[in-house]
Amino acid sequence: MLQTTGKDAGVLVEMKGAGVWRGGQWLVRGVDLLVRRGEIVTLIGPNGSGKSTTAKIAIGVQKPDEGTVERRRPLKVGYVPQKVTVDWTMPLNVGRLMQLTGRLKPGEIAKALEAVGIPHLVRAQVQTLSGGEFQRVLLARALARQPDLLVLDEPVQGVDFSGEIALYQLIREIRDKTGCGILLISHDLHVVMAETDTVICLNGHVCCRGTPENVLKSPEYVRLFGARAGEILAIYRHHHDHTHLADGRVRLADGTISSHLDHDIHEAQGKPHA
Amino acid sequence: MLDDFFTRAVIAGIGLALVAGPLGCFVVWRRMAYFGDTMAHSALLGVALAFMLEINLTASVFIVAALASLALLILQRQGALSTDALLGILSHSTLALGLVLVAFMSWIRIDLMGFLFGDVLSVSRLDIAVIYAGGALVLLVLAWLWRPLLAATVNTEIAEAEGLQPERARLAFMLLMAAIIAIAIKIVGILLITSLLIIPAATARRFADTPEAMALFAALAGAAAVLGGLFSSLHFDTPSGPSIVVAALVLFLLSLLRAPWRASPASSQAGGST
Repeated sequence: MLQTTGKDAGVLVEMKGAGVWRGGQWLVRGVDLLVRRGEIVTLIGPNGSGKSTTAKIAIGVQKPDEGTVERRRPLKVGYVPQKVTVDWTMPLNVGRLMQLTGRLKPGEIAKALEAVGIPHLVRAQVQTLSGGEFQRVLLARALARQPDLLVLDEPVQGVDFSGEIALYQLIREIRDKTGCGILLISHDLHVVMAETDTVICLNGHVCCRGTPENVLKSPEYVRLFGARAGEILAIYRHHHDHTHLADGRVRLADGTISSHLDHDIHEAQGKPHA
Repeated sequence: MLDDFFTRAVIAGIGLALVAGPLGCFVVWRRMAYFGDTMAHSALLGVALAFMLEINLTASVFIVAALASLALLILQRQGALSTDALLGILSHSTLALGLVLVAFMSWIRIDLMGFLFGDVLSVSRLDIAVIYAGGALVLLVLAWLWRPLLAATVNTEIAEAEGLQPERARLAFMLLMAAIIAIAIKIVGILLITSLLIIPAATARRFADTPEAMALFAALAGAAAVLGGLFSSLHFDTPSGPSIVVAALVLFLLSLLRAPWRASPASSQAGGST
């Protein structure tokens, strides 16, 4: 275990041995988790491994049936749940959705929408947005609150590949700029892990944890995701040998255009980002 | 031309419509139409108990409707039956209990039709005072609850995570529903209360691009329905309560003609061009 569990002033949320019992089984059990200011903690794991449940315990949406959760008080949370649907009966434009849980100045709304790349949609009805656009709105809403803790449950689902990378870079920039803590759930391991301080690999319990490099090497991770996952989905480092085009295609250094980005291009590289 | 009782009816009806519009929006957004019916049906039990125990009618109806919604919450927690089955049980059993109690009280003649369909033409000055004082209180509480209740309606988990206590807002909303039913019972009657909640809100949907605008338009549509219904009941010598509902229905049908479904995409394009 690489994570120190000593108490310090930067701790935003700390879970110890947390578990949730539903319908005759443990959804997750024995989860220890700590998020400090300025830290990105990523939860990975297969479907149904309890990633969302763990995040919900951390922010108090789900009460643990065993174990403890301590949150800093006051703790301002910005939450992007895994699934949000807005009923057609409710007229709701993007600007209004941004202010769902708190008032914002027009400038703050515009800035957050600008940051996620959809400044033109402020007056659009949310039901008319594409899946990717709606995810960007949800992310902008959580960012605009200037939270202490950002909890992002698959925040870029439905976003095209080039947009995905840009949004993860944005998430890291937010952390660098505001010093908030981030609890991130993602299955896009190759994109996410380079930006992450701590990875927690879940499968109903904590399989392994540590820095991305160490998790990739751990036998539990290999068992869960297969031997090739460690090689192919090695830590994503953004080589500047290609350009992401607006339509999601990629222009490589030799000028050829590829319809998708081959993982071989993003091979493992131990050096920090240039 | 305006007899005194008719003026009183107009004032009382408009007062009710102004409160029912915004509350009705939440009934529509939260898909609670059947819940509103159930609370309204339980009102007959409240009427019967008021006569039996010789207590204030409005207070008795409020208490029984509030208890019916609490009973629903408790039964929902048990989780053995679906919500619509529970509502069916509560709705019809409270209505039947009310009718049976009324039959037992052979010493009192209760005008059942008056409570089922209302009699707005018989409202007194005191009734008007109750409607406006009670209605103002309901609107004040609703305004105070607005953000948490709206956030909980869009997404309970976001509301919970970001500290808006959606459970408390939901409970308070149920009490407001009980209050409006207690206030409305004399005017439109038990069987028509939910129509005054739902139809103006549904009418307003086509013209609004924010929840707040829809609440305002629903209040205005309800007031217009009261005016139209009461004047036509005077003109055609039809019962007042049903006439108000028919007028609301006519407005709803007109709104279908006036505002096509493409209203939403058009507004997003308008946003995009700015």
